[in-house]
Amino acid sequence: MTTANDAALTGLSLQAASLELQAGAISSRQLTEACLARIAATDGRVGAFLAVTGERALQQADRSDRRRAAGGALGPLDGVPLAVKDLFLTRGVPTTAGSRILEGFVPPYDATAVTRLEAAGAVLLGKLNLDEFAMGSSNEHSAYRPCRNPWDLTRTPGGSSGGSAAALSARQCFGTLGTDTGGSIRLPASFCGVVGLKPTYGRVSRYGVIAFASSLDQPGPLGRTTWDVAALLGAIAGPDPHDLTCAARPADDYLAALEGGARGLRIGVPREWFGGGLQPEVEARVREALTTYQRLGATLVEISLPHSRYGIAAYYLIATAEASANLARYDGVRFGLRAPGVRALQELYSESREQGFGAEPKRRIMLGTYALSAGYHDAYYLRAQKVRTLIRRDFDAAFGRCDVVAGPVAPGPAFKLGERTGDPLQMYLADIFTITCNLAALPGLSVPCGLARGLPVGLQLVGRPFDEATLLKAARALERELGPAPVPAALEAAP
Amino acid sequence: MTRTVAASDYQVVIGLEVHAQLLTLTKIFCGCSTGFGGAPNSHVCPICLGLPGVLPALNARVVELAVKTGLALGCAIQPVSVFSRKNYFYPDLPKGYQISQYELPICLGGGLAITVDGREKFIRLTRIHMEEDAGKNLHDVAADGSSGVDLNRAGVPLLEIVSEPDLRSADEAVEYLKALRAILLALGVNDGNLEEGSFRCDANVSVMRKGATQYGTRAELKNMNSFRYLKQAVEYEVRRQVALVETGQPVVQETRLYDPARGETRSMRSKEEAHDYRYFPEPDLPPVRVGEALVARMRAEQPELPRARAARYQGSLGLSAQDAGVLVGDGGLADFFDAALSARGGGAEAAKKVANWLIGELSRLANETGLPPRAWKLTPARLAEVLGLLDAGTVNGAGAKLLVEELFRHGGDPAELVRRRGLAQVSDEGAIEAAVDAVLAASPAEVERHRSGKKDLTGFFVGQVMKALKGKGNPGVVNALLKKKLGGG
Amino acid sequence: MALTLDEVRRVAALARLKLSEEEERLFAEQLSAILDHVRELETLDVTGVPPMTHALAEGEAVALRPDALVPGLSPEEALGNAPAREGTCFKVPRIIE
Ligand SMILES: [Zn+2]
Repeated sequence: MTTANDAALTGLSLQAASLELQAGAISSRQLTEACLARIAATDGRVGAFLAVTGERALQQADRSDRRRAAGGALGPLDGVPLAVKDLFLTRGVPTTAGSRILEGFVPPYDATAVTRLEAAGAVLLGKLNLDEFAMGSSNEHSAYRPCRNPWDLTRTPGGSSGGSAAALSARQCFGTLGTDTGGSIRLPASFCGVVGLKPTYGRVSRYGVIAFASSLDQPGPLGRTTWDVAALLGAIAGPDPHDLTCAARPADDYLAALEGGARGLRIGVPREWFGGGLQPEVEARVREALTTYQRLGATLVEISLPHSRYGIAAYYLIATAEASANLARYDGVRFGLRAPGVRALQELYSESREQGFGAEPKRRIMLGTYALSAGYHDAYYLRAQKVRTLIRRDFDAAFGRCDVVAGPVAPGPAFKLGERTGDPLQMYLADIFTITCNLAALPGLSVPCGLARGLPVGLQLVGRPFDEATLLKAARALERELGPAPVPAALEAAP
Repeated sequence: MTRTVAASDYQVVIGLEVHAQLLTLTKIFCGCSTGFGGAPNSHVCPICLGLPGVLPALNARVVELAVKTGLALGCAIQPVSVFSRKNYFYPDLPKGYQISQYELPICLGGGLAITVDGREKFIRLTRIHMEEDAGKNLHDVAADGSSGVDLNRAGVPLLEIVSEPDLRSADEAVEYLKALRAILLALGVNDGNLEEGSFRCDANVSVMRKGATQYGTRAELKNMNSFRYLKQAVEYEVRRQVALVETGQPVVQETRLYDPARGETRSMRSKEEAHDYRYFPEPDLPPVRVGEALVARMRAEQPELPRARAARYQGSLGLSAQDAGVLVGDGGLADFFDAALSARGGGAEAAKKVANWLIGELSRLANETGLPPRAWKLTPARLAEVLGLLDAGTVNGAGAKLLVEELFRHGGDPAELVRRRGLAQVSDEGAIEAAVDAVLAASPAEVERHRSGKKDLTGFFVGQVMKALKGKGNPGVVNALLKKKLGGG
Repeated sequence: MALTLDEVRRVAALARLKLSEEEERLFAEQLSAILDHVRELETLDVTGVPPMTHALAEGEAVALRPDALVPGLSPEEALGNAPAREGTCFKVPRIIE
């Protein structure tokens, strides 16, 4: 049960909780117990977690407390309760990717990002809800249960890392990891009023993160503040010999650069990201944020990203092509679901995959297989890769004139559950502003910039390759002006 | 009969695709052992099992060996090459795709010379690329007829070496395969074992009427795990295709399995999408960049290749073509030869002697024990010492033979062995004369027959004297004394 | 452009998905809509544009793995998630070559 004291604890930012731990004012066990109580009290309604590993978390908390008592505390994450999207492999803890096909799968190894969080002393509370194989923008494609937006339980938290954003918004933990293939960190962060960062492709190791689209996937942190996100990124970023697509260059000191302010910053405002389907209240919040930046000493530069409008089309060909191969290993032979009673090899494959995959993975496997198949490869897949080059060149040109690109994360705030499930194309269009950042392999961030019709709106910032530090600094400047994101009231009403 | 038709009216066109396992310690994308043996699934890890979340970590040594091979075969080493995914479902393919190279392989062009019927011919290569091997499906592992999957071999590094369709007969195909194998062995990149499948080949075979400008439809032959089977399979396939064309039937493009028991090829159950592998660049592996430093390092590691070596043996060392061929042909005899010859001080005379020992006695022992030269207890330097003892007259031929066998099996110091085993040659004329006298005295009848000229019994007397001397008599002295005593001129 | 049911079946067979008739119809319709949207790529001139096949920037150093043994899994660990096994093999229905 949740006490007033627990509520005070779970309402802290990661930074504040970390300071309390360092001051000896609270123990990791207290923090962990408070989070577990908060999860128990709220997650029946939110659905952020697919699995809660309470006992394991408490053991980790006790180890952290002993470490600290012995004078050996590890850093800002030591003893802090966190949670990761159920796409990150956790040794000995079931990992499902939100899919029936991995029900009961117990990984024999840890994702690099998980290893690093644990090496930093973090406490892992469990595995967070997501769209099946990270395919979706609303978390409604979870095979286990939908996740709801703590701001309005009839709305989606966004996807695919819905649980990662909702858990933070619901004060169930202090930081989370998600993955972003076409907006899957930034969209939920925007919908739930938290900060989410999709790092540069190659900044964070993908090893042990279940693949959706290998050239687009990038793990990243979500937090309630920019400091929290900077601390988490510092813990997980950097080279990994297990991932050859992970850059060899060392991570920056993101916390040290955080308070640099916005003075002198050149902010590019792409004309293609405004107008069209962008809802007026969202545009208003974004424009206000830009005005705030001007007041803080930044300059706005109008830029053009002429190929942005082709992003969705290029993305859905490339991502599904890669996914169709990445999802071939779910064949019922070595792990995962095997259809009962099959007598022949071809049945083993087709029945297991039919029973194990939900509609969205099937749809994308179909599209990707088609796009790669003989006679279509050049017209679809290859052409999309060329368009990808054009999109990247747009950004390269823009960054000659600005330091970051700013715009909306999504055309509107969180939409209603069920509103778009019948029309996949409409669902895909939710990613229209986030997708180019993945195609161009750039870092992107969502930071709260106010409310529209009572729902959070995120400002998107896109940076130069490996310049996460500037994104965080810029986001921090806005955050300092707007104050902390408000606590959603919906959850506090009687269940 | 049909063979005659083929030879006279038809042109045979063959290209070979060779898969050679690279001699690395670990697999191509993970740190698991490439070693043979072990229980099923005992050399595996999350990566080669294709578990969710894994990524391939390319083994640097695989790239080095590919470059080394490409340089030896005169290929253009590509500064940038790209891995691709080849998509298909099969139980021995854990990820549902094989990581291979497709559009941009690491080596292009090149080729090698072969000699058939005394005529030299250059066979061009199309390409060489790196890829991972599949695992193994085991049939009937359970009473219900189920199959089993063992992934110990999954991810073992392979080079695929593709020739142009430059081969014009089964014999040329066999010679090409032998020459290629010898080069890979000399490079130390592959163990050349056809039977165990660490060196295997597929053959693309077609026939066309002589004078035609278009190749015929080709069939891909598989499962030839010896040179003999390759020859038989190609010859069978040529007869089959010629018979089809002669009777106006089409040749179908398909994969055919060679059945050694029947000496025939037969069509494999073709799958409907067999040719839709949906290749695309492997996003998990950045393009492979081969810099000048790596090329220079691999160039410096190039050994003398078999054909060049054989030419040197025939030229400056005066060995016969046949002896030179045997020495460079297989598993390290040539290295042993060079080392022993060098220890003996070189020269054509010594070369002939070293070659004779290697091709004769030592090859016999090697065959008997199955040991390659690097596993012999006899070192090249010790063989040179034995030859020194022989030349110096310390031991005779029979003694040297005993010595070599002893050293081959147990090793040791030849001079010391001669002493310990009492193998020193008896050259003392007094001792030999006493033995000769004793033999002649004991065989009056034979002496009479010999002297009468009815029969030359020299050999008999030599044998008797040697026997009396326990095999250690100096054959020259024995012969000379016998000649003198028997008065044979 | 409209994807025919036959094409849907061909792709499903390639992808080893056994779709119900209803799924076949639904996917034919939905994939057709998506492909229609994707057609807008055809309006772009991509002559001479190289495809972006890899996302890690070209200048970034790539460290290959040294050829050194790393302990893997025991057969028991390897088979820990196997739906069916025989000895230390993964068990599958009889494979017909
Ligand atoms: Zn392995």
